[in-house]
Amino acid sequence: MWQALYEELAGHRFTVIAVAMDSRDGDPLPWIEAAKPTYPVLIDRDHRLAELFGIVNVPQAVWIDESGRIVRPAEPAGAYEGFRRMNRQTREMPEEEARLTAQAKSTYLDAIRDWARNGARSPYALAAEQARAHLPAVSEDAATAQAMFRLAQALFRRGERAEAERWIREASRLYPDSWCIWRQGAGVNELGLAALPDFWARVDALGPARYYARVDMPGMP
Amino acid sequence: MVTLLTETGEHEVAGAEPSATALWCAAREAEEATGWVAKPEGLCRGPVCVPLPAGRERELVDAGRIDLAALWRHLGEPVVHSERGHVWVLGRSARERTAALASLEAPDFALPDPTGRVHRLSDYRGQKVLLVTWASW
Repeated sequence: MWQALYEELAGHRFTVIAVAMDSRDGDPLPWIEAAKPTYPVLIDRDHRLAELFGIVNVPQAVWIDESGRIVRPAEPAGAYEGFRRMNRQTREMPEEEARLTAQAKSTYLDAIRDWARNGARSPYALAAEQARAHLPAVSEDAATAQAMFRLAQALFRRGERAEAERWIREASRLYPDSWCIWRQGAGVNELGLAALPDFWARVDALGPARYYARVDMPGMP
Repeated sequence: MVTLLTETGEHEVAGAEPSATALWCAAREAEEATGWVAKPEGLCRGPVCVPLPAGRERELVDAGRIDLAALWRHLGEPVVHSERGHVWVLGRSARERTAALASLEAPDFALPDPTGRVHRLSDYRGQKVLLVTWASW
């Protein structure tokens, strides 16, 4: 999805930097090789970006202008809730949900195009006060949870798996909003996806709350 | 030997003496890992000085050593450690993170690509950056 956009906008002083929030050893490498991206792909096992930008899920994106200023804080990057209503055996999505999912994606990509071409004149590049109003709220428990996550990663690297897993569980308990933390402690299915029954139970427990927060853009479902 | 994870990276601190709640380090090692130095006016990092709690000074600074865990609690920042005390994380508080983000200056970071080459966000100054997270899961 990002490769085509990157190529399309390469002449507009625009780049994609994709950051893999994978913590298991070797995990993102086959995916990167398969995608052959020409934009930078970085690996963030310790979830430093989550700490620095308040990221809680993937895909989330931050827009940063030429001078290093945040013009859109962390928000879902064109992702929508439609998957919650898909058939979990056949993975088929009801027509309306598929339509909204496609709409979220195209709205978001068009917004990026507008920003890449028009810079600060784009209505999607938020002015300072608006950008501040969109900053994610971070609690002190969340900050402690991120420290625990980092501790867990250091213990994983030393082969101290059992204790590392305990810290991930504790971090997730303190910071339940972070799917990035939870998924690192979750089981994965035969496709390598954390989409086992425990994932669906956690998604269902959200009730009417969003899995991907609504992106504040005209036309976004 | 204690491994200390701070904002600036991973530090091996040979002379650290960890206990369940304290992490006493030689002043020089504490400074190398965290930037904090004991001065007459209190504990200082760069231009910022924090007075020691009156009457409890020796809980933080004693005989040329600093208890980094006590300092971090005093600063209101998260500190966690492994059960054996061989790995410690000195984190940043939500208050500080939020204040940094409110400046809207994107915090810099350094992360490796699959070949091991380290990229900094600041290397891309002069371009618009779509910084996007993903994962194989």
